[in-house]
Amino acid sequence: MDAMVQPATSAGASQTAPAKAKVVARDVNVYYGDKHALKNVSVDVPDRSVMAFIGPSGCGKSTFLRCINRMNDTIPIARVTGKIEIDDLDIYDKSLDVVQLRARVGMVFQKPNPFPKSIYENVAYGPRIHGIARTKAELDEIVASSLQRAGLWDEVKDRLGDSGTGLSGGQQQRLCIARAIAVGPEVILMDEPCSALDPIATARIEELIDELRQNFTIIIVTHSMQQAARVSQRTAFFHLGVLVEEGPTETIFTTPSDRRTQDYITGRFG
Amino acid sequence: MTDTTSQAARSIDFESDAARARIKARYRAERRFRFYGLAAIGITTLFLIVVLSDIVAKGLPAFTQYVLVMKVDVDASLVDPKDARNPADIRATGDFDALVRNALRAQFPEVNARSERRQLDSILSTGAADALRERVTSDPALIGQTVTVPVLLSSDADLYFKGIGTQVVRTAGRGTATPSGTSGEIEIASTSGDFAIALARVRQSDAAEPEALNEQMPSLLVAINGGMVKITEIGADRAKGNVYLPLTSAAPAAPGQWQVVTYATPEGNRRLNDRVVTWLESLKERGEIERRFNWRFFTSGDSREPELAGIRGALVGSALTLLVTLVLCLPIGVAGAIYLEEFAPKNRVTEIIEININNLAAVPSIVFGLLGLAVFLNFFGLPRSAPLVGGLVLALLVLPTIIIASRAALKAVPPSIKEAALGVGASHQQAIFHHVLPLAMPGIMTGTIIGMAHALGETAPLLMIGMVAFIVETPLSITDAATVLPVQIFLWSDLPEIGFQARTAAAIMVLLAFLFLMNGTAIILRRRFERRW
Repeated sequence: MDAMVQPATSAGASQTAPAKAKVVARDVNVYYGDKHALKNVSVDVPDRSVMAFIGPSGCGKSTFLRCINRMNDTIPIARVTGKIEIDDLDIYDKSLDVVQLRARVGMVFQKPNPFPKSIYENVAYGPRIHGIARTKAELDEIVASSLQRAGLWDEVKDRLGDSGTGLSGGQQQRLCIARAIAVGPEVILMDEPCSALDPIATARIEELIDELRQNFTIIIVTHSMQQAARVSQRTAFFHLGVLVEEGPTETIFTTPSDRRTQDYITGRFG
Repeated sequence: MTDTTSQAARSIDFESDAARARIKARYRAERRFRFYGLAAIGITTLFLIVVLSDIVAKGLPAFTQYVLVMKVDVDASLVDPKDARNPADIRATGDFDALVRNALRAQFPEVNARSERRQLDSILSTGAADALRERVTSDPALIGQTVTVPVLLSSDADLYFKGIGTQVVRTAGRGTATPSGTSGEIEIASTSGDFAIALARVRQSDAAEPEALNEQMPSLLVAINGGMVKITEIGADRAKGNVYLPLTSAAPAAPGQWQVVTYATPEGNRRLNDRVVTWLESLKERGEIERRFNWRFFTSGDSREPELAGIRGALVGSALTLLVTLVLCLPIGVAGAIYLEEFAPKNRVTEIIEININNLAAVPSIVFGLLGLAVFLNFFGLPRSAPLVGGLVLALLVLPTIIIASRAALKAVPPSIKEAALGVGASHQQAIFHHVLPLAMPGIMTGTIIGMAHALGETAPLLMIGMVAFIVETPLSITDAATVLPVQIFLWSDLPEIGFQARTAAAIMVLLAFLFLMNGTAIILRRRFERRW
């Protein structure tokens, strides 16, 4: 796992100017049957930063997010065209193993969905199926460090055998984050990770996202514009399946260039 | 949001008569609906109680059996004439039936006529000597000694003690009765017209002369001086009759020391004649009749004699058949369900397959029996009446149920679990086998158990493949001829002997007990592993 996660670089320096792009999407279209859900989306996500996708419901931001780890493959009627590359690797290439891709691109879902197993098993499952840990001690080490990085260790270290579903909503979501980072991904996708949580739990997750930025590229879909403003360095605004505007978060929220963006962030619709 | 004002203007009218009538009508409708519901549940419960109590009332007597516990001399010349004391020989050639018969005859030394002896023998079952044979075979040292063993009574005698014979009414004599002899045909004279009441009951002619009794009338007997006299002709103060049990003396019996005994059911309407009833009553008075738990019902196979028939063969047959069914059904059903639910492409072909699985669940079971007959017996030439074929047929029958239940259980696992597994890089198959299937397992088990319970109670298809035969031996393998519990019930219910009626009901009770047990297990599984997401 340590081989996949490089030590933290000076992430703060690249707040506005994009560094080398980690995820590159070009002309991505998604169709659900006859419905054209996503139209010609092209975007660059810089390495080790947080990019927020905002927009009204049904605008295609979650659809696009799910393209990045090919979760849309599980929907039989979904069809994706265009190109998405992670570190110059075309993820829709036919020879690519989608399971390996998902190990590189972790995902945290809207509703906390821990496995109905012990806390330990929740985190250990990923490393185990990918053969990351060779011994029990190594696995213990990965579980502990993942929980530590997800800020959950102090709360659960004495009850790793308890069921993951017995935790509170915020703890469950942090457990899901720990589960995602345990396989050592490069990119973490978060689909409205705080929508089911109370403000205090939300604040903890936001702090956590800010810390994880040191080591991971994070793409977060959110309905809360304050959240987007707080955690992200860059923001993309989607509307009716079209990427309307993308740029540094500060610019989007202070001087958006598109009328629709301005209407949305000032609460005129949505 | 802008219509708040117009809504306030058109507020609902709660006060008018029409509004009150509306509310009343609504309450009436709700009351009516509740009444319908209660009535439906009430009727169902009533029927259930009637059916169950009828079965239990009929079946319970079959779980006990009356035996004659008596001393038997184990005569070496009958059991082991060669004096070899070889258990196998003793079991095979020893005439234990004769030992038991002799012991019974010794209790009634006055019985000498051939036909009477045969009647006396008829109160014993053909399996009467089984217990004695077991004891002596396992311990040959008993030969030459006297042992006390339980002797199985015939079904008729057993039923007599269970109350399906006749009511016996005893009336103490008020006068002094004097018998004219101690055996043969005698006359009894009473000093105070003790026979008048009985005579009034049976009198057919107005004449004052004594009335001859026949077998369409209740039987009258007199118990006097330790003997029994069957009355054939009766007057007001004297009665003529035959001695069934010899009297100890011909001395006069004081008032209260003798009795008029009435067997209320006329002899012609009973299976046991007065002589046999008298013997049985006499044995009961001697304390030799005992009611015991009928283990034999669970340890022996079918028989033509009700008192010897048991359900062991049918139980083992059912178990073997269900085993074959389960071994076939569970893997195929679960694999089919997983494939259809999670892997199959959603197209025309899978749709047709799904529709047909649902249709198969509704096909009458006898059709599966015909299919089994045509395919497994006629085409593949598998053995007739075998649990293997029964299991194959029942597997066909239960498979749709298991597939449907398993698919429902798989569908009930929230997709978020699968997504979570896919999200950490599990393959589709890993996600299903590591996460979805374990969570669906309680539901699959519940469906399987209910399917198995369905198979356990199934009769019609098994008739078609010949599992309806009379089979005494307990089947030892899935290719032996066998029958199953519901078919055994079907067979017994068809037999005319009264003894089989109770056994039919008892077998139904056993079958129901198994069904309740299986369904109870299914409910417990469901409760125990139920999850709230």
